[in-house]
Amino acid sequence: MTKEMLEGNVAFAEAAVRAGCEAYFGYPITPQTEALEHMSRRLPELGRVFLQAESEVAAINMVYGAASAGARVMTSSSSPGVSLMMEGLSYIAGSEVPVVLVDVMRGGPGLGNIAPSQGDYNQIVKGGGHGDYRPIVLAPATVQELIDLTYEAFDLAEKYRCITIVLADGNLGQMMEPAELPPMRPVRRVEDRPAWALTGAKGRAPNAISSIYIDPAEEEVFNRKLQAKQAEIEAREVRTRELCLDDAELAVVAFGTAGRIAQSAVKTAREAGVRVGLLRPISLYPYPYQRIRELASQVKGMLVVEMNSGQMLDDVRLAVEGRVPIRFYGRMGGMVPMPDEVHDEILALQASLSQLASPREVAQ
Amino acid sequence: MTETGMVESLIYTKPGSLMPIGTHYCPGCTHGIAHRLIAEVLDEMGLREITIGVAPVGCAVFAYNYFNTDFAEAAHGRAPAMATGIKRLNPGKLVFTYQGDGDLAAIGAAEILHVAARGENITVVFINNAVFGMTGGQMAPTTLPGQRTTSSPTGRDVETQGFPMKMCEVLSQLDGSAYIVRRSLHDVANIRRSKKALRTAFAAQQQGLGFTMVELLSTCPTNWGMKADEALHWVETHMIPAYPLGDYRVHPAVHEPRGGDRSK
Repeated sequence: MTKEMLEGNVAFAEAAVRAGCEAYFGYPITPQTEALEHMSRRLPELGRVFLQAESEVAAINMVYGAASAGARVMTSSSSPGVSLMMEGLSYIAGSEVPVVLVDVMRGGPGLGNIAPSQGDYNQIVKGGGHGDYRPIVLAPATVQELIDLTYEAFDLAEKYRCITIVLADGNLGQMMEPAELPPMRPVRRVEDRPAWALTGAKGRAPNAISSIYIDPAEEEVFNRKLQAKQAEIEAREVRTRELCLDDAELAVVAFGTAGRIAQSAVKTAREAGVRVGLLRPISLYPYPYQRIRELASQVKGMLVVEMNSGQMLDDVRLAVEGRVPIRFYGRMGGMVPMPDEVHDEILALQASLSQLASPREVAQ
Repeated sequence: MTETGMVESLIYTKPGSLMPIGTHYCPGCTHGIAHRLIAEVLDEMGLREITIGVAPVGCAVFAYNYFNTDFAEAAHGRAPAMATGIKRLNPGKLVFTYQGDGDLAAIGAAEILHVAARGENITVVFINNAVFGMTGGQMAPTTLPGQRTTSSPTGRDVETQGFPMKMCEVLSQLDGSAYIVRRSLHDVANIRRSKKALRTAFAAQQQGLGFTMVELLSTCPTNWGMKADEALHWVETHMIPAYPLGDYRVHPAVHEPRGGDRSK
């Protein structure tokens, strides 16, 4: 395999095709429409299913139906469209069917704009739809990671019979960079679909895909089962990427595009002699609380960088539990932080710590 | 052998496509009749093992408990979208949704329009009883002008609450529709015609002719505040004039079954 120049949206769509995705249902929305367009060409030529729905509401429910049939299916959208999908995602979570969604975030709230943002963090990572559930959430920072995480998302979704969301942004969706596509997997044969799937009750008792438990006691039993599954996910699926943390006195925590920008700033600061490292969470759910907790006993301060008002910041605070000061730098509305801005924040964190007699929060 | 020397012949049993359990429906409600008709048709056509149903939100939310077939429970109004996904990934299976008027004509209006426009090869069984049943009798899109409900307490006023949605009339305009008919469950003759229509719709789906829908005028004695027989009479006297029975769109390749409810 050789690397080729790929646009993020096309890259994750093709990665899904190669992961054995049998069907894509979606609705155009900038900045991820190229994914839908790629699927409209690729899936039919492979004899698979592509359908442009009348809305995101319909699209996610088509995905829900196809997943109920035991097929490997996905959709993708961007922030306002993903909001419309939340009803369906809650039902999918409640029915425990595996589904993959790629959210290419843009500026908001409301119609906002089509520039890259990380403003969907709380909605996506904390559940999004009604009820007690969490999807697995994976945050790529490069086109290659967008490919790899989308490819793997199907396996994770099926392993846990859950929703797996790849949380990208308009920057990743629209940018082109060299990347390598994974090998083409065969599509699962219809007769190999899971035993719980809706395929017609020939020779077996009927299957039902449902999320209704009218008896509160039964609903609680089901909720406890979901929580137990999530505990298993939390134990097994935490992922991070780390840079220069071994001897770090300062840690930057950032995900996705913000993490990539922070990486440049950390490298520059290191060259200038600042002992700073980067923790980049790949899994936003399950979140790497334990790793950040460890860092809090190693470093003197942390800087959280996000393209939002500080949504992941809350999770970092939960992990740190006040043991070291945390500085926050966020841009909103589709504004992308520049590496030199993050570099300045690293220096400001360092300066503030040197002026402090005892650790306390420098900035909220 | 009986005392009279006659050989007993069992002529009426519960269809194999229904589970051997009771339903939760109110006395006098025609959901039970509609369920039974669908099940009889699935039995007679030998379709039970390839059928996947989609239940609505509303009174029929537990339909998946009653049919002896694979079943999915959709979000409110989204059954046509869910059925689309199921059918596209199971093109050889018989896929039907079972939806009430609130589900289909209010919150799910977009989904039902587009499933018909696409000519999605599914069947919709549309139970129209002119009221929201499950939530306790509020105004539905199909509530008749002047009809009192808990949310139109002085009667539906078309000046402020608009006019009834006539879904057969609307959906029959869409070119993806292959078989759009309205029947009623208020008496035996109409029940037989309803069963025949269900059979025709399923057959048309199997022929791959496009979108099929059978609207069944139904009762809601509880929320209408009537006795069962009064409710059946009200269907005849009030609903049928507003929702005329008949064939609204029939694809030329649709084959009406001969006989009626007992054809094999």
